[in-house]
Amino acid sequence: MTVISIDEVKKLARLARIVIDDNQAKKFQTEIEAILEYVEQLSKIDTEGVEPTSQVTGLVNVTRPDELHDYGTNRDSLLANAPDQEGGYIKVKRVLE
Amino acid sequence: MIWKSINQLADDIKTGKTTAVELTKQALQLIEDNSEYNALITINPKALEVAEEIDRKLNDGEQLGVLAGIPYIAKDNFLTRGLRTTAASNILDNFIPPNDAVAIQKLNKAGAILVAKSNLDSFAHGSSTENSDMGPTLNPHDKLRVPGGSSGGSAAAVVLGLAPFALGTDTGGSIRLPASFTGSVGYKPTYGLVSRFGVVAMASSTDVIGPIANSVEDVALVLDVISGRDPLDSTTIERDEMHYSDFTAELKGKKIGVISEYMGDGLEDDVRASVESALNIAKETGATVSEVSMPQLQSALAVYYIVMPAEVSSNLSRYDGIRYGHSSEAAQKIDEVYELSRTEGFNDEVKRRIMVGTYVLSSGYYDAFYKKAQQVRTLLIKEFTKAFESFDYLIGPTSPTTAFKLGENTDDPLKMYLADIMTVSANLVGVPAISIPCGKDGKGLPIGLQIMAPQRHDRDLLSVANVLEQKLEYNS
Repeated sequence: MTVISIDEVKKLARLARIVIDDNQAKKFQTEIEAILEYVEQLSKIDTEGVEPTSQVTGLVNVTRPDELHDYGTNRDSLLANAPDQEGGYIKVKRVLE
Repeated sequence: MIWKSINQLADDIKTGKTTAVELTKQALQLIEDNSEYNALITINPKALEVAEEIDRKLNDGEQLGVLAGIPYIAKDNFLTRGLRTTAASNILDNFIPPNDAVAIQKLNKAGAILVAKSNLDSFAHGSSTENSDMGPTLNPHDKLRVPGGSSGGSAAAVVLGLAPFALGTDTGGSIRLPASFTGSVGYKPTYGLVSRFGVVAMASSTDVIGPIANSVEDVALVLDVISGRDPLDSTTIERDEMHYSDFTAELKGKKIGVISEYMGDGLEDDVRASVESALNIAKETGATVSEVSMPQLQSALAVYYIVMPAEVSSNLSRYDGIRYGHSSEAAQKIDEVYELSRTEGFNDEVKRRIMVGTYVLSSGYYDAFYKKAQQVRTLLIKEFTKAFESFDYLIGPTSPTTAFKLGENTDDPLKMYLADIMTVSANLVGVPAISIPCGKDGKGLPIGLQIMAPQRHDRDLLSVANVLEQKLEYNS
């Protein structure tokens, strides 16, 4: 059975850029453990030499010309959703201290 | 049924018996009358304007598309230009898309009129529409029950008559389960048949777009408009050369495999009885019906609940509080912008899936979980390939139960996940699947029948589903 510690749950949250407190960590620990325990049934299946599948219709490396397309969008409508902007740029908090 | 068939409505418009404005007004009135079901998130304030323009064009003798003047509803994870699109998540509460999803573009071009955006489990994460940050949708047959999910708003909207058809998305059953729980027809096409450009991504290796409507013919007409190769979605495949509503395949003489694993323990008695009576009708129509055992199906849900969260965790990493979506006002530093925006914007189910996905992809666990799941996925595909060597179609219930009560499964995420047990395999394998109503249980709740076909056999699947649907209606 997969056991996941409170510290591991907190680490996962940190990796996923989510903040959780101790109570939430406990709740998530119970729930995630139940999910992992369920999916662990796969370990009993013999997959020796079986290729993994991620693409089901067999398409490989579909490309298109690298050309500019008009999607009917413009700078204003794209910037309009940015929480903060200045002079036509998306504004972010200072990255380098 | 509140609406005539799409074909009849289109005819009525062409012959002047009705107008786009009249149909749109009818839809908007029904929307207003049924707001208690919470099937919708946003109503399109420009719907009537669009309808007026379509009527004007028709009066001028312009040639319009096959859906000219037909109102429709889109799940709120389809981007709609200038119209708020939330994916039922607080993180997108204020998001106004700068462009339309390709499926929306195609429908609009064909003359269909978007009247509203429907409710869903936040980011399509769920099987009941209870995970919506906008509150749950109620089942039209019983307000104390869920409509299924995640396209529960779309399915409930169709059954309530808020529009003749609605668009949904199906990553692990999100079109078929709500179709089953509400008594509508839900269609999940072959993977790649409909462009997903402009649709909020969930699990990209299984996400598909499909219609929910009142009949097989109606879903086929909609599929015909939205399907086909699209340079903006590199996973798309060529569509059938014939119209999807050209129902040429017959049920007579077809070999139907009834999946033993789907007819076993845990199936409600009324569901079993309804499915068996549908199978008898198929036999009477001249199909050969026999059982097929597919033991690998028992691992499908476990594969799905590894692959899906893995892809979810990477697809949802784009929500960073910087370019669009909710941005925390409490954030002082750049890291806090990411962390607090995501923490405030995502609900617990979304967070849970992101964390499970992060876990199965992390070094040390990748081989045991993610890679293992992708290998078992290969075995599952092989099992389907083998089954389709002996059978033209595979059949079973869409869900082992009818609609459950609101709150019944919300305390136990794993129990909620089990609602998808009969639908996820079609997504993992990429085959088309349909849910059509096949009866009601003792409580009057609808039961869904699921039919699956090999990849790219969408038109054949729709043809036989159409035959079966008509026989079922005749017998009910």
